Amino acid sequence: MKLHLKIWRQNGPQDKGKMVDYDINDVSPDMSFLEMLDVLNESLVAKNEEPIAFDHDCREGICGTCSLFINGEAHGPDRAVTTCQLHMRKFKDGDTIYIEPWRAKAFPVIKDLMVDRSAFDRIIQAGGYVSVNTSGNTLDANAIPIPKHDADRSFDAAACIGCGACVATCKNASAMLFVSAKVSQFSLLPQGKVEAKQRALNMVKQMDEEGFGNCTNTGACEVECPKEISLENIARLNREYLSAALVE
Amino acid sequence: MAPLKGFFHSSIARKFWMAITGLFLVTFLVVHLTVNAFTLVSAELFNEAAHFMATNPLIQVMQYVLAAGFIIHIVMGIRLTLQNRKARPDRYAMEKAGANSSLGSRTMIQTGILVLLFLIIHLRNFFVPIKTGNMGGMDDYTLVTTLFGEWHYTLIYVVSFVLLGVHLNHGFQSAFQSVGWKDNRWKGLMSGVGTVYSIVVAGGFSLIAIYHFLF
Ligand code: HEM
Ligand code: SF4
Ligand code: FES
Repeated sequence: MKLHLKIWRQNGPQDKGKMVDYDINDVSPDMSFLEMLDVLNESLVAKNEEPIAFDHDCREGICGTCSLFINGEAHGPDRAVTTCQLHMRKFKDGDTIYIEPWRAKAFPVIKDLMVDRSAFDRIIQAGGYVSVNTSGNTLDANAIPIPKHDADRSFDAAACIGCGACVATCKNASAMLFVSAKVSQFSLLPQGKVEAKQRALNMVKQMDEEGFGNCTNTGACEVECPKEISLENIARLNREYLSAALVE
Repeated sequence: MAPLKGFFHSSIARKFWMAITGLFLVTFLVVHLTVNAFTLVSAELFNEAAHFMATNPLIQVMQYVLAAGFIIHIVMGIRLTLQNRKARPDRYAMEKAGANSSLGSRTMIQTGILVLLFLIIHLRNFFVPIKTGNMGGMDDYTLVTTLFGEWHYTLIYVVSFVLLGVHLNHGFQSAFQSVGWKDNRWKGLMSGVGTVYSIVVAGGFSLIAIYHFLF
């Protein structure tokens, strides 16, 4: 396949940046999207040009590091996959493909297509944990009975890989889907109930301070999320936050 | 944190108050539509209902609650929208929003502001004359039917209610999500009821106006 790429180039956080056109030939439909970029980068290096910086790690959809806004959609046109799992067979010969970084005030561009997602880490630090006793008599988690329904919901929420596609795709750059998944995975389990109130309050406070937008329930995040995290989690977060704020 | 601070100062709190005021306005529209429907029955019935609305003490108090509801909803809505724009200072070169969300859900501020403009015209034409009794010798019924006799007024009226219908088609179910009452079992029902409600409101107000324009 032959493709016309329009890729965001930005030489550091202070640089203004711009879209740059690249033509690439001999793309195999079996390549992953990132492999296609690898090939392009090799040709740039061969020409003594600066390769395009983009984030990636596991390349199997589990780490949440890859992060490209492809042709107007987070992680590209396919559903329930990350950029690293997207294949070139989803595109046609002669297509023009726009490749941009996640765009949000809370996710500043580091270079080219790489953004700084440490705002998510700070939200987790604000409350995304449970306290467990580690003084030699640690309880086996499986010894605590948990209703199947709750265990399933918690597990579904825990599938969030923290990629930030929800923020990238939301017209308000809201982080509610991410935060609601991280709150839900704990609050549905007995181990997470102890700190449930403080967790909801503190994580939302941090989320607001980082400069993410307010959720207006457009539902775009749920559609673009590679792990199909449900909007139901956002309703649960609203519920938990509001009841915690009321008795605080 | 100070007690209840989180209930007023946070992204989720703002959405909560938008939802509560929105749902309050949703119930108000039902009352308003019912009173309007009286014009189809008889002039006397409508005049009586209008008189009741203008004099009943409870309704007088509710008027202030309604005004407050509107103001909170509008001020919060504008603030929310401005904040959300700031959360994405650099836009995408290519964005396919239609692939993942409805147009109505993305244009709440636009439909809201157009409804607000209509509201100002509406208050000038009906509420102020009826309130001040400055109706040029007409009774309530004659005032209403005379205004609907003018094609441009009826046109603005119908267009505004269609826009309000679009606002409510997203807003109705969205409000339940914002207060945390929604889950995957109920979401279909809430969207369905919201769509039916929006059609009844937009269609009901519009058809009454068109009826008076024609007859
Ligand atoms: C009778 C008039 C109105 C009714 C019944 C109404 C109803 C609603 C409802 C139920 C919601 C959903 C709340 C939520 O998502 O939590 C909403 C949202 C909203 N409304 Fe209104 N509204 C009205 C007028 C207005 C006006 C005049 C404005 C002008 C600024 C406005 C702006 C907004 C905005 C910006 C949102 C938030 C969008 C979102 O969260 O998706 N509305 N409205
Ligand atoms: S909720 Fe989905 S889109 Fe958002 S960070 Fe988690 S996995 Fe990524
Ligand atoms: S590189 Fe790990 S999820 Fe894509």
